[in-house]
Amino acid sequence: MSAFSALLVRDLKLATRGGGGAALALGFFALVATLVPLGIGADLALLAKVAGGVLWVGAVLAALLSLDGLFQGDYDDGSLELIALAPLSLELASLAKIAAHWLSTGLPLTLLSPLLALLFNLSPGATAVLFVSLLLGTPAVSAIGAIGASLTLSLRRGGLILPLIILPLLSPAVIFGAGAVAAKLDGFAPSGALGLLGAFSLAAVLLSPFAAAASVRLNLSG
Amino acid sequence: MQFLFRYANPAMFMRLSGAVLPYVAAAAVLTLAAGLYMGFNVPPDYQQGMTVLIMFIHVPAASVAMSAYGAIAVCSFLSLVWRHPLSDTAARAAAPLGAMFTALGLITGALWGKPMWGTYWVWDARLTSFLLLLFLYLGYMALWNAIEDETRAARATAVLALVGAVNIPIIKFSVDWWNTLHQGESIMTGDLAPVFLWPLLTMMAGYMLLFITLWLIRIRTAIVERRARNLMQRA
Repeated sequence: MSAFSALLVRDLKLATRGGGGAALALGFFALVATLVPLGIGADLALLAKVAGGVLWVGAVLAALLSLDGLFQGDYDDGSLELIALAPLSLELASLAKIAAHWLSTGLPLTLLSPLLALLFNLSPGATAVLFVSLLLGTPAVSAIGAIGASLTLSLRRGGLILPLIILPLLSPAVIFGAGAVAAKLDGFAPSGALGLLGAFSLAAVLLSPFAAAASVRLNLSG
Repeated sequence: MQFLFRYANPAMFMRLSGAVLPYVAAAAVLTLAAGLYMGFNVPPDYQQGMTVLIMFIHVPAASVAMSAYGAIAVCSFLSLVWRHPLSDTAARAAAPLGAMFTALGLITGALWGKPMWGTYWVWDARLTSFLLLLFLYLGYMALWNAIEDETRAARATAVLALVGAVNIPIIKFSVDWWNTLHQGESIMTGDLAPVFLWPLLTMMAGYMLLFITLWLIRIRTAIVERRARNLMQRA
């Protein structure tokens, strides 16, 4: 097994076993989706109209929950230093961690979204668009989130500052993701928004490992 | 590159900036005074009446707010790539100024919006992207304050500033795209008449000079502060 997949499998195991954040994020997502109708009322037409935006914001916030642990556990027990010393470049190690975070958080959130869309009275066509948009967009959340997680690595309360740094950078993903659903509801083709979302996501996944590796390095060297 | 490093020496920088500062400050005061005088003597706009005067304090604030982020990004790049020691201080010093000008742009924009659009806030593309810019500034400043070790804080914030600089055009584009999807109204139409253009350009120059003055003062203060701290530790 290559070093990349070994790291990926290890991080996936850590995330899914023994109180990892994966199941918590799903619970959080479902709870946000339950609280919103309680807050704005049970008008099914209104719920269908806001579903895309609410579920996108909920998914981004839920993915943020487990982000601060992306490098933190390995930093605290010293294994991050060993990962940095290994022949696998730190950029690829960051990419493995981003992939593990997405597989344990972004993908389950995406799989749960059609069920929550059902509760929001979203039409099947729009639900499909929401599903595809989350599938395309959540990798960007994990990737840009990894930059934030590595920047706040040495902080004791990094979890508090992380959302402040990351959320403005994630606004394009929310705009295009929810925009695709809105376009479908308004009778337009969602392909434009989905294409832009995919481009944003690809760029984020491609570039973020470099920024994340750079900030992991500076935190290890200091 | 060489000349950049000649002024990396704080003593050298203090001497040079100390000599330049009074002139820049005087130029800022004079330009702002001239710009305000010209601004108050424009004829009322046929559509907006006298509220058009808000433009003279609103548009320059917005342009300085953008330039300040550019300045931070350039300083961060210098600091990350060449470990230029003064650019950390310069980047840190520019952030609260940029945040202040962004907030000023938002506040004057809201005050202008009330008579023009009938409400303080509309989710206009420019207002929205400036709100996000303000949050970027706040996140950047929060990260500076959160990391205790100064070199580590400098490098981490430099990475963040560069990530933000790459992202700002994307955010701007996505907000514009979002805005045209939701509401197709455009308020700013038509070219600006020369009678408004000249006061506006003067005010922009004045704001920029004001920013440079305050920036120099803040960098100098940070250097003096560091010297004082070193002396205290030695004592």
